[in-house]
Amino acid sequence: MSNATKAEPSRRDILFLATGAAATVAAGAAVWPLIAQMNPDASTLALASTELDISAIPEGQIVTVKWRGKPVFVRHRTKQEIEAAQNVPLAELPDPQADSARVQKAEWLVVVGVCTHLGCIPTGHEGEFHGWFCPCHGSTYDTSGRIRSGPAPSNLEVPDYAFLSDTKIKIG
Amino acid sequence: MTGHSTYTPKSGFARWLERRLPILGFIHESFVAYPVPKNLNYLWTFGAILSFMLVAQIVTGIVLAMHYTPETTLAFDSIEHIMRDVNWGWALRYAHANGASMFFLAVYIHIFRGMYYGSYKEPREVLWILGVVIFMLMMATGFLGYVLPWGQMSFWAATVITNLFTAIPYVGNTITIWLLGGYSVDNATLNRFFALHYLLPFVIVAIVGLHVWALHVTGQNNPTGVEVKDIKKETVPFTPYATLKDAVGLVVFVGLFAWLTFFVPNYTGHPDNYIEANPLVTPPHIVPEWYFLPFYAILRAIPNKLVGVIALFASILIVAALPWLDTSKVRSGVYRPAFKKFYWVFVFVSVGLGYLGAQPAEGVYLIAARILMAYYFLHFLVVLPLLGKYEQTLPEPRSIAASLGEAATEEKPHA
Repeated sequence: MSNATKAEPSRRDILFLATGAAATVAAGAAVWPLIAQMNPDASTLALASTELDISAIPEGQIVTVKWRGKPVFVRHRTKQEIEAAQNVPLAELPDPQADSARVQKAEWLVVVGVCTHLGCIPTGHEGEFHGWFCPCHGSTYDTSGRIRSGPAPSNLEVPDYAFLSDTKIKIG
Repeated sequence: MTGHSTYTPKSGFARWLERRLPILGFIHESFVAYPVPKNLNYLWTFGAILSFMLVAQIVTGIVLAMHYTPETTLAFDSIEHIMRDVNWGWALRYAHANGASMFFLAVYIHIFRGMYYGSYKEPREVLWILGVVIFMLMMATGFLGYVLPWGQMSFWAATVITNLFTAIPYVGNTITIWLLGGYSVDNATLNRFFALHYLLPFVIVAIVGLHVWALHVTGQNNPTGVEVKDIKKETVPFTPYATLKDAVGLVVFVGLFAWLTFFVPNYTGHPDNYIEANPLVTPPHIVPEWYFLPFYAILRAIPNKLVGVIALFASILIVAALPWLDTSKVRSGVYRPAFKKFYWVFVFVSVGLGYLGAQPAEGVYLIAARILMAYYFLHFLVVLPLLGKYEQTLPEPRSIAASLGEAATEEKPHA
């Protein structure tokens, strides 16, 4: 090949590249909806928040509400439970987080009730730390919903929520 | 390998068709004249048994799909509708559900046969890898199908398995939400699982086509592991010899299948799956179907989520690397005394992991699962590579004919 052909691409080369580039973009544009249709649809996104009257929850009880198809635990903690949660040295925790960073009011703990291991629902008031125990693979959580032992990598997630009044919360 | 005879069309129509599309000749060469080593034992009938099971699952599956509803509020009831109202629905559903168990039983025997006789070795590596691909597609299809009845086990199996993807760093949650089509397993999930459960068996059919093609290029392995040297003397035509031997194996196998289906149809199932899916309650003891238990035991044996998920997938993928991990020049386990012992230990370890996968993940069970899992990987990564170097093997027979005590093959110029 001579230097001249290298320096001067032909009309054909340019058309070839331009067609190839356009075809690549078109293929991407065609595949995009096929992939994106699998993401949550508008009706799923519309169920983004749930309201709950907490005045009927006695001390020591956990109420489960459904939010985005998942359970959310609203726990009215007792004095001992609050103390147990607050008095743990952070160094002992696999996923260190202070209790105060996980609650808005100390009596009320609101966490997503899905084990951070593989998504099972832990049972309340069970396990060594009297928080939750996951029956699937044995993770235990404390009264702040923090992971204490077992395969789960992190604490129970705290969802976005707000106290609308003293007796009503809105999750999401 | 070239066959015992070449096809000559007999009727006028066959001649006409053969000139335009040589399909009759292709079938004749692949399934009639195709030469089969004459020393194959009954373990070699599982290829045909698996083909039968694939067809049986597709046929029963298609008719079940005519009565099933993939919608969360109707799915569970539609299964009961199949069981009670649909003509022969109970038989079709039990045959499909137990068919999955029988399919996996056959594929495990088929895989362990290949491992014993070194069927993965040169020149059958591609054949072996295609087999592993089929096995993984079977696992995916089996899992997707198990979700469809929308019982408690269905729902929580779907939750746990899709949550495996949350272990992926950074993008795990996004991927999982994309797979589920929501923030939890719900109607979008059930719908797509049904679509994929219907699709994947046909993908399996296509890969099986490649698997058989690769098999017919290299020819079958045989118990001696020595390649066929004299086609006339050491092979027999596929039909009637292999066809009928496969048929005998199939009759016995279908007998077991029928016993499961008609006498103990729920033996391999789990009673919790007769409770409708409840997203707010996890059953106290969730276990997968028996054919996933060894892999489930590996997942649970590791206390770290990401590492556990990696080990689970690695335990399957490592099987595809067998042709390169087993360094022995001798193909068949028959002539490898040390390998034989390690092979049976490996079988015991695999079955043991299956047992432990069904037990609670605590105490001695957990310790045992860790030991067996360590051995499982050591077998592939240490035992097999080293055995090939240090093992004192027995002499292989010169040929299949010699192994059968027949007079040595005269070396013909064209052999």
